[in-house]
Amino acid sequence: MADTDLNSQLVEQVRAAAVNATPLCIVGGGSKAFYGRACAGDPLDVSGHRGIVAYEPTELVITARAGTPLAEIEGVLAANNQMLPFEPPHFSEKTTLGGMVAAGLSGPRRPWGGSVRDAVLGVKLLNGRGEVLRLGGQVMKNVAGYDVSRLMVGALGTLGVLLEVSVKVLPRPACERTLRFDSAAKPSRLAEMPISASLELDGRLYLRLSASSRCVEMAADTLGGEAADPAIWTAVRDQTLPFFQSELPLWRISLPPAAPALNLLGNELIEWSGAQRWLVSDLPAQTIRQRVGALGGHATLFRNHAATDSVFQPLAPAMLALHQRIKHALDPHAVFNRGRLYPEL
Amino acid sequence: MMNPTFLAALRAALPSNALLIEDEALRPYECDGLSAYKQIPLAVCLPETLEQAQSILRVCREHQVPVVARGAGTGLSGGALPLADGVILSLARFNKILQIDADNRLARVQPGVRNLAISEAVAHLGLYYAPDPSSQIACSIGGNVAENSGGVHCLKYGLTVHNLLALKVLTIDGELLEIGAADNPGALDRPGYDLLALMTGSEGLLGIVVEVTVKLLVKPERAQVVLAAFASVETAGAAVAKIIGAGLLPAGLEMMDNLSIRAAEDFVHAGYPVDAAAILLCELDGSNAEVSEQILAVREVLLSAGATEVRTAEDDAQRMKFWAGRKGAFPAVGRISPDYYCMDGTIPRQHLARVLGRIGELSEQYGLRVANVFHAGDGNLHPLILFDANQPDELHRAEAFGTDILKLCVEVGGTVTGEHGVGVEKLDAACSQFTPEELSQFHAIKAAFDPDGLLNPGKAVPTLHRCAEMGRMHVHGGALPFPELPRF
Repeated sequence: MADTDLNSQLVEQVRAAAVNATPLCIVGGGSKAFYGRACAGDPLDVSGHRGIVAYEPTELVITARAGTPLAEIEGVLAANNQMLPFEPPHFSEKTTLGGMVAAGLSGPRRPWGGSVRDAVLGVKLLNGRGEVLRLGGQVMKNVAGYDVSRLMVGALGTLGVLLEVSVKVLPRPACERTLRFDSAAKPSRLAEMPISASLELDGRLYLRLSASSRCVEMAADTLGGEAADPAIWTAVRDQTLPFFQSELPLWRISLPPAAPALNLLGNELIEWSGAQRWLVSDLPAQTIRQRVGALGGHATLFRNHAATDSVFQPLAPAMLALHQRIKHALDPHAVFNRGRLYPEL
Repeated sequence: MMNPTFLAALRAALPSNALLIEDEALRPYECDGLSAYKQIPLAVCLPETLEQAQSILRVCREHQVPVVARGAGTGLSGGALPLADGVILSLARFNKILQIDADNRLARVQPGVRNLAISEAVAHLGLYYAPDPSSQIACSIGGNVAENSGGVHCLKYGLTVHNLLALKVLTIDGELLEIGAADNPGALDRPGYDLLALMTGSEGLLGIVVEVTVKLLVKPERAQVVLAAFASVETAGAAVAKIIGAGLLPAGLEMMDNLSIRAAEDFVHAGYPVDAAAILLCELDGSNAEVSEQILAVREVLLSAGATEVRTAEDDAQRMKFWAGRKGAFPAVGRISPDYYCMDGTIPRQHLARVLGRIGELSEQYGLRVANVFHAGDGNLHPLILFDANQPDELHRAEAFGTDILKLCVEVGGTVTGEHGVGVEKLDAACSQFTPEELSQFHAIKAAFDPDGLLNPGKAVPTLHRCAEMGRMHVHGGALPFPELPRF
């Protein structure tokens, strides 16, 4: 598909919606339609607004329109031996850059390479007044104005329509290797190793090493273990592993990495050295959230839930009130993605 | 004069040693690191407990008195400049390290703790806190959060915003907000909007930071510095792009021009090549094997990029020496000029030659020398404009020169401030970066936190009126902004 600029068309649609206070549901590739709460409103299709706007590899920044497929961006980066350091999921080949930012989900490399929000440098945003704002920029260091571009990450489109996004990119590691261990015989001294992904499932620990070939060699010699297929990282990132093929609710649990075992009834997969744990379980939401909250974490009902469920960890009253005021500051007529994140937003 | 009811309410809220109102006691607070601007505040409050800080805010809200938060007062943009009708809320007594958690690699600290004190407190665990602003020996972590401070290692390790896990913040109502599980921190993300990012760099306009949880990193096994000399700043700039293009990610990558090199060499005798038009300092860190490989690769790139000389620090002492010159560049320039004015724009690196060339032209036009120190890896420029405040008109010319430099940064797609903040200093410059709609959006976000505009009012985000009056407005699509405002 050719690059297209739908800027003025999208501005017109949002202005009309603002005047009539018509709710809109922002749609990109639709690959994360299952994620979050249901959204009531007319679809606002951003997927046609696509194309890479600027990419100079030595600047370590890429800028593209929000509807650009992630696969296209990653293809261009790979051709220049670079990558998105946060390894975002592709739940289908239609996943877009805008959807990636709106959902704010990062993949296996996140604890070592940073998150989506860490890498976002700037956005061109269409707010609820139909105004086009350039926030942040294309440079690594920028402290002029509030950091509104990072506020968009994970906001699920409730604050505005992303038109363009600038993201920091990094060189690809020269060498990567995946190792498998018995969970009973986990290696120690991991802190000094060039690890870039971890996964525990069914009594096995998988680690990925990323560095120069000599360093990977040396680390692998020290760690031991067996060589394993690196395809497991894409499979866990995109949730195509058999673990994820269940009709039961899937929970994403974010915790301090050293938090103890959850001991919640269900099937569990642990990533990010313990900081991200997936749980397939039909326990009541309250039971899960109480346990996770007590450990300093939060739990998201990721898949297989009802459209009206409380998908995200409820906010304290003062925090929710502040969220409502921030929403109002960017989207005063409440046109964008009503209820998608929290029923009150 | 202070309203007596307001004073009585403050007195009731604070022990006597936590409230300063006498002129000589207020004097040390009249400015921060930007000493060109001075103002005596109504009062200085030095709370020691959360409850005291909450009471101060409630009293100020009730009496509609502005509040300016202050950490160590080392900021370079006037963010902590007092207001004549406002109080200073100093966080200096919030100076405790509350928790060190090596397993989760974090430290929970009060905002008045010094940046370097965190790394010192965890050094025995082989850990450190990565952002290292040049003032790290004195600056406080709360101030770092307010300014989103950087340092010389941002390219690889990020700014303050990339190294935080949780915050506790007081609103203007004195309400305590927890951003992230502040009492049980360590999770890498939080439900809801990313208020951690929004608070970071908000220059005290949205809330008062009362507790900070920072991420700790494992100290790299080895760090090594390579120094390269170049016959022109253009070749040095091109060499930076070649290093990045080769897939290398140095921990630090700094450039200095000839005037800075000579000033630094005279000051610390770092062994710099004083005839070079520019030098690059490239620090590589990681495991021993990794650093050895990278040094070879970097040397090769530098030589093929036209370096006239490439030196690798032979030992840690020489590495420290190489860095001492760079880190001492500001005071070194202070020795060759009665005063200097430090700028802080960031540009996409590909425009470096053009920007430095134009700065050279402006230098002649204004009749003021300029020394360029540059965080080359991330495009953050620190041109130091040399002037003499005792000469009539020189301060004014230096400021005008500085504003021109910042406009130039915006023109090439950069920003007016990379790490020092807008404060009061760059309000006019910010007018050239943002449209009226963008400024209005910022003001609306501020109002969501602080409807009466009592937290550090007048800083960081210029008013539409100011931008119109100063005539330094962002011209969008050829149309003049603010058609509704009168012109003079």
